[in-house]
Amino acid sequence: TSEQIEHLHRRFKQLSQDQLTIRKENFDSIPDLEFNPIRGKIVHAFFDKRNLRQESDGLAEEITFEDFLTIMSYFRPIEMNMDEEQLERFRKEKLKFLFHMYDSDHDGKITLQEYRNVVEELLSGNPHLEKESARSIADGAMMEAASICVGQMGPDQVYEGITFEDFLKMWQGIDIETKMHVRFLNVDTIAHCY
Amino acid sequence: SVSSIVPESCLLIVVGLLVGGLIKGVGEKPPILKSDIFFLFLLPPIILDAGYFLPLRPFTENLGTILIFAVVGTLWNAFFLGGLMYAVCQLGGPGLNHIGLLANLLFGSIISAVDPVAVLAVFEEIHINELLHILVFGESLLNDAVTVVLYHLFEEFASFEQVTILDIILGFLSFFVVSLGGVLVGVIYGVIAAFTSRFTSHIRVIEPLFVFLYSYMAYLSAELFHLSGIMALIAAGVVMRPYVEANISHKSHTTIKYFLKMWSSVSETLIFIFLGVSTVAGHHYWNWTFVISTLFFCLIARVLGVLVLTWFINKFRIVKLTPKDQFIIAYGGLRGAIAFSLGYLLDYKHFGMRDMFLTAIITVIFFTVFVQGMTIRPLVDLLAVKKKQETKRSINEEIHTQFLDHLLTGIEDICGHYGHHHWKDKLNRFNKKYVKKCLIAGERSKEPQLIAFYHKMEMKQAIELVESGGIGKIPSAVSTVSIQNINPQTLPLERVLPALSKDKEEEIRKILRTNLQKTRQRLRSYNRHTLVADPYEEAWNQMLLRRQKARQLEQKMNNYLTVPAHRVDSPTMSRARIGSDPLAYEPKEDSENLPIITIDPASPQSPESVDLMSEEPKGCGGLPPSPEEDEEGLVMRVKEPSSPGTDDVFTPGTSDSPSSQRMLRCLSDPGPRPEPEEGEPFIPKGQ
Repeated sequence: TSEQIEHLHRRFKQLSQDQLTIRKENFDSIPDLEFNPIRGKIVHAFFDKRNLRQESDGLAEEITFEDFLTIMSYFRPIEMNMDEEQLERFRKEKLKFLFHMYDSDHDGKITLQEYRNVVEELLSGNPHLEKESARSIADGAMMEAASICVGQMGPDQVYEGITFEDFLKMWQGIDIETKMHVRFLNVDTIAHCY
Repeated sequence: SVSSIVPESCLLIVVGLLVGGLIKGVGEKPPILKSDIFFLFLLPPIILDAGYFLPLRPFTENLGTILIFAVVGTLWNAFFLGGLMYAVCQLGGPGLNHIGLLANLLFGSIISAVDPVAVLAVFEEIHINELLHILVFGESLLNDAVTVVLYHLFEEFASFEQVTILDIILGFLSFFVVSLGGVLVGVIYGVIAAFTSRFTSHIRVIEPLFVFLYSYMAYLSAELFHLSGIMALIAAGVVMRPYVEANISHKSHTTIKYFLKMWSSVSETLIFIFLGVSTVAGHHYWNWTFVISTLFFCLIARVLGVLVLTWFINKFRIVKLTPKDQFIIAYGGLRGAIAFSLGYLLDYKHFGMRDMFLTAIITVIFFTVFVQGMTIRPLVDLLAVKKKQETKRSINEEIHTQFLDHLLTGIEDICGHYGHHHWKDKLNRFNKKYVKKCLIAGERSKEPQLIAFYHKMEMKQAIELVESGGIGKIPSAVSTVSIQNINPQTLPLERVLPALSKDKEEEIRKILRTNLQKTRQRLRSYNRHTLVADPYEEAWNQMLLRRQKARQLEQKMNNYLTVPAHRVDSPTMSRARIGSDPLAYEPKEDSENLPIITIDPASPQSPESVDLMSEEPKGCGGLPPSPEEDEEGLVMRVKEPSSPGTDDVFTPGTSDSPSSQRMLRCLSDPGPRPEPEEGEPFIPKGQ
């Protein structure tokens, strides 16, 4: 809606300090983001070219307001009047966004190393933990994912990584379209707090 | 069958009716469900069970909706019904004229509350989807505050000469006091209980007692001050649960779970039976107009209320409530024993028409429980309402959910929007920093949620596996995916998992040990002296099954349990351990001879390994030659396929000795071993 866009625009201007584009450093000015264990990935996702719907791969240096909006559009709540096909597309888009966040080297697969990386980051809020535990959790999760996606495997088959189709399978039980959204209610008062 | 048509609650009421009829027929006076017994002893277990095991995530996600239904919905029902009944009474002729507005409003407030016991009893059986379940159930729990306030309010007013505006305003305020006060009392007791459980590491046996005791005290304290006891109980259960579960032992947890389920089952049964008995026993005053119109208006009020509220709520919800959902919510508004008990509490002085009220209440209860309860299941099927999905929480889901949470919080921060996730995140951080340190004993307080979850899953899987391994069933749908499948390069020489605390390790080992000993004893009966040719075939198959199972067990064990590797095993051995495929070694059946399967013992120290044995075809069912197997009941020998290439995880050339080329398929018997720190008892000793 138009007022949401206006609000986002105001926010964008705040973040970019009235410039036309935002760079990575601008995100550092948000205090609450510091506590977030996966902030690196989030900020990265904003600059990821695949998310910006550009054909190329890699990272953009800076993003404009249109790009900002594009990223935000992934978090739109669903509307009542959507039909099955639209819902399916919506769902796929959101999952694709998530998939890109996991898959940091842009090869279209989430390998064991990348998954480990994700788990480590998730647990990075806790300084007492050793890396080993994160690794084992990631290993266990990967094994589970492999068994869901491929089923029985002989000892010589190697599971390369989670592809997007497998990723979709894993998320089947969870309604992503209802969970992955951000509400925009009464934001005006808060935005001026910074 | 009867039980699939008639819900349990109906049957119980019928039983109560029969019992009551029997007692009356004998000439005795049947016991009536006295209100204080109900409120003090029968209701708390059910509510505590509900509160302690409340699925918190869907509850908090839908809290707004639930509150609106509970508060506004109940108020609407009460006033609408009360007002209409007053109108009916005025028009109803001489028998009803004397019933004042207040009395009718009181009646309305008693009967309008959706009853948690009845809802639980019926909804449990229809397995409806989580959202609807939590909506109706949450509403039934939270409307207690409204009911309590209205009830006491109207009761007081009935004894006043005149009701002023001030009284009404005070009444309105008292609602907040009652509900928030109840919650506060519950939270305080919950915190005290959590704090107590921190110090119970030496008196594990009475840990469950604290949970029950503190919750009950919360309930009593709240009821004492006319605050909402139900809300106190729920709040106490919800608050204490995460901390208590982190502190108490596994056995205490099981005890609490089973005791709560037991008590709540017993209570529920008793309540329904007593309802039946009380119906027969009570004094009734049947007035057609009153009763029929009550029933009628109850239904209408509920349906209207739900429709209007849903229309309003859907403006704020992301996941809208469809008309199907609305129908189920309206239809699920069952009345139950709470209404009856509240009615019973009325005294004759102010409410001469108490008997009539009671009759009407009972009629409505019967109608909702029987008619609505019985028909809701076919309706659910007819309308194709989404049912509950039985999904096990996997570690993947947990990771993803947490990831998503953080992501959404981050996005909200970027937008500058203080939404749900932001506040939830803040609460979590506060929790982690201060609260957990106080309330959870020792090092567990630093454990992040993911690790705790992983631990729980590990333990569960370990126990499951062992139990199924001991009974002789092959675990179904065993995944043969092993670490080699996903990560072929690394040599998992040391698989270090977050070190389980010593006593947990011991617990696991003990379980495994006892279960394996059972297996061993069973195998022992097949020793070479008792095996003869014919029963051999059957025993052979059994042994085969066990061997497969043992392999799978071993493989899974290796994948999951702690291996503090005190010895660096040779690459051969670790690969053998990890990459083993239980199905790779189907013995080749010889048509004429009984097949020979030879497994070399794992090491010279092998007396501790249990091997499965067969007989050699040569000789007349004679003894296998090797002397060292004498101690073992059973030794099975597998002849290796000569080419090492069949075993793909095996690097040729690592060692020349023939024994090292054989893959080991033995189930090592932990036995009563001297030193437990040898590492995982199941790992065959390396050569």
